[in-house]
Amino acid sequence: MKVLLEHAHVEGIRYYDTYRKNGGYRAVEKAFKMTPDEIVEEVKKSGLRGRGGAGFPTGMKWSFLAKPEGVPRHLVCNADESEPGTFKDRYLMEFLPHLLIEGLIVSSFALGSNATYIYIRGEYAWIVDILEQAIAEAKNNGWLGKNILNTGFDCEIYVQRGGGAYICGEETALIESLEGKRGNPRIKPPFPAIQGVWMRPTVVNNVETLAAVVPILNMGGEEYAKIGVGKSTGTKLLSVCGNVNKPGVYEIDMTQSVEEFIFSDEYCGGIPKGKRLKASIPGGSSVPIVPANLLLKTAKGETRYMNYESLADGGFATGTMMGSGGFIVMDEDQCVVRHTMTLARFYNHESCGQCSPCREGTGWMYKILKNIEYGKGKMSDIDLLWDIQRKIEGNTICPLGDAAAWPVAAAIRHFRDEFEWHVLNPDESQRRNFGLAHYADPIHVPTTA
Amino acid sequence: MSEQPKFKVTIDNITIEVPAGTTILNAARMVGGEVTPPAMCYYSKLEGSGGKCRTCLVEVSKGSEKDPRPMPKLVASCRTTVMDGMEVKNITSEKVLDARKGVVEMLLINHPLDCPVCDQAGECHLQDLSYEHGTSGTRYEFDRRTFEKEDIGDYISLHMTRCILCYRCVFTAEQLTQRREHGILERGDHAEISTLLGKSLDNEFIGNVIDVCPVGALTDKTFRFKNRVWFTKPVDAHCSCTKCSGKVRLWMRGDEVFRVTARKDKWGEVEEFICNDCRFHRKSVSDWTIEGPSKIDRHSVISQGHYVGTKKQPVYIDKVIGKDPKLLMDIHKVSDVNRQEIELSKIDGPAHSDDFKKDR
Ligand SMILES: Cc1cc2nc3c(=O)[nH]c(=O)nc-3n(C[C@H](O)[C@H](O)[C@H](O)COP(=O)(O)O)c2cc1C
Ligand code: SF4
Ligand code: SF4
Ligand code: FES
Repeated sequence: MKVLLEHAHVEGIRYYDTYRKNGGYRAVEKAFKMTPDEIVEEVKKSGLRGRGGAGFPTGMKWSFLAKPEGVPRHLVCNADESEPGTFKDRYLMEFLPHLLIEGLIVSSFALGSNATYIYIRGEYAWIVDILEQAIAEAKNNGWLGKNILNTGFDCEIYVQRGGGAYICGEETALIESLEGKRGNPRIKPPFPAIQGVWMRPTVVNNVETLAAVVPILNMGGEEYAKIGVGKSTGTKLLSVCGNVNKPGVYEIDMTQSVEEFIFSDEYCGGIPKGKRLKASIPGGSSVPIVPANLLLKTAKGETRYMNYESLADGGFATGTMMGSGGFIVMDEDQCVVRHTMTLARFYNHESCGQCSPCREGTGWMYKILKNIEYGKGKMSDIDLLWDIQRKIEGNTICPLGDAAAWPVAAAIRHFRDEFEWHVLNPDESQRRNFGLAHYADPIHVPTTA
Repeated sequence: MSEQPKFKVTIDNITIEVPAGTTILNAARMVGGEVTPPAMCYYSKLEGSGGKCRTCLVEVSKGSEKDPRPMPKLVASCRTTVMDGMEVKNITSEKVLDARKGVVEMLLINHPLDCPVCDQAGECHLQDLSYEHGTSGTRYEFDRRTFEKEDIGDYISLHMTRCILCYRCVFTAEQLTQRREHGILERGDHAEISTLLGKSLDNEFIGNVIDVCPVGALTDKTFRFKNRVWFTKPVDAHCSCTKCSGKVRLWMRGDEVFRVTARKDKWGEVEEFICNDCRFHRKSVSDWTIEGPSKIDRHSVISQGHYVGTKKQPVYIDKVIGKDPKLLMDIHKVSDVNRQEIELSKIDGPAHSDDFKKDR
């Protein structure tokens, strides 16, 4: 089902004229006939949940925005997308920049933001140009600037490039960085809804979240809520990478089973070279890795589906998270120890260094994992790793500490035998991978050709 | 004017009333003793400080009278304000003690532990912290992090390897001086204190970063390797300074002024910041009007020296957890410096290994 990406393949959709001809900016026209509160209400009805990772209901977030008299408010679009495995926002901005701009105008109107910011990952330099061109086009056609469509509403959108730090995707670090400071996450409370950019009330939302406001307005919140299942309403973009035949960005309505998603030709197209599925990190690098058997079925033996609730079924013991939708697939040739080491290295490198457990613990975990991976590990290292991650999790300022702890915890929880095998077979582990163990049984037989 | 509302808060089974807006840490400080969480980054005189080191984590087992739900995670007591009816567990919470042990371990894994050659030794909060809340061994088996040595001027010496990134010096420079010239470069475990392009720090009040630094990362170059702090005698003195209050603490041996610092309260926090002239240039007794021996009642290594007027912190531990912890050996008992009858200025050398053999 395509809602966001409906026109992604229309020739020239990146440009205003084509976008407009394909129904673009209808949502803005509609929005200006409503009151801001009515728009917030529509978004609430839609059941839309934040697409940036945490899945917080967007309408609720918007209704928390403080509205003190005479103080400007801001909307900030989080386009920092730096989570390993996640590249859906990039696709959206690159191919459908006007969809984001349209969503931003509607949302700015709903929230009363006269100056709206897109904080974009520094490495996405070429997308800055695309966005700025789209903003210029929108402005030339009267959708931005002063007194838009004679409504009396003024709005400007500014694009700000980040300096290349994953941590600046965390909303309060993003705000600090946007203010021109060092990108250290703030200590909450106060939350951005009360004191955000320049201490003014601020809403920070993900690119996909804000783009989804367009179809919500166009079809109405209730209609939008009919897409999807349960509390997972609407459509979700997934960026798939790893050992699949067709990596890329997919839009799903969250009714597909994980099995269908990986193996059907409509989506990932199965695993190349007839290899078997070993494990997956289904929501970007921060969410727990799960072995094949727990990925396809929940611990209760029920089919697992590609939505917020089903993926999280079983908690961290046997489940995982939808996260930001970075779907990473690993086949039997992949080494979990090595992947865990790579992730630990990433979090070590990206920690802002403010709080002691994350600053010191991430580096410690990386060093131990490096030892294990390169045949110098000890059995006690595995328990030590477990203890370190436990001491980081929940004890830090921002969720990066948790995000660094979870992958290590999940890898040890589900793949302890592989860690032990590395310790016991230091030489062999340098030459070959552990392959599949009991956790991939019963082994899945792809049904599609 | 309406009176400020008072909130009732219970910390480790001890209930007190505090003005609304008080943080858990400050409420605990009003109680005093062991129920006060250790604070390595919070500094009541520095706006915005705290929240970073995580040593002050506590468990909130009851949010408030109105909303009694416990808080899901441990919270930084220095940045969390009390609610009416809140119940907090510090040393009565296994979770807190365990997490704190973790934090202390994290703070130490990359610390050089060069206390024998560090001027801060004896009044170092990291020493106190590890003594009180840490474990005896380390599980860290890797090379400790090192940094290129940086010269930041003639008065302050920077040992980045010892820094715990509490940001206090950054806040101090920002809030006390016209323009901050140093800050934190890089991020994560390679973040470091540095000045812009290796500039030296010179500002009339910059010396205060030495006093706020909880460890030996920023020390007084004019005192460097001159003496161990526990061999010097703290004396309160003042002068009529045009730049600051002139109220200082002199660290003396006989008639010699070894070091000048600001006066610190029992939490190790500066009472009034002093200027560089007082700190670095007035090193003769004739520069000062001596008020008398300082009262030191911080429960730190230095206070164990039984300086005149030392006040013991109240002891609650048996009341709170029902048992009385025993020290295996109290190092303070075996050195002359710690014997009350001995006048500190009369001790003429550092402790000798023979001192420890004497049967006392
Ligand atoms: C370390 C870290 C990195 C993050 N990076 C991003 C990011 O790149 N993009 C994003 O949209 N949200 C990111 N988030 C989540 C944001 O903090 C915030 O929850 C999100 O932007 C809210 O938008 P939403 O409600 O629309 O999901 C990150 C969070 C953390 C802790
Ligand atoms: S958890 Fe890590 S990234 Fe987040 S504030 Fe602390 S040190 Fe910085
Ligand atoms: S130098 Fe000292 S005061 Fe400054 S951040 Fe490091 S430990 Fe804190
Ligand atoms: S004193 Fe509270 S976190 Fe450092």
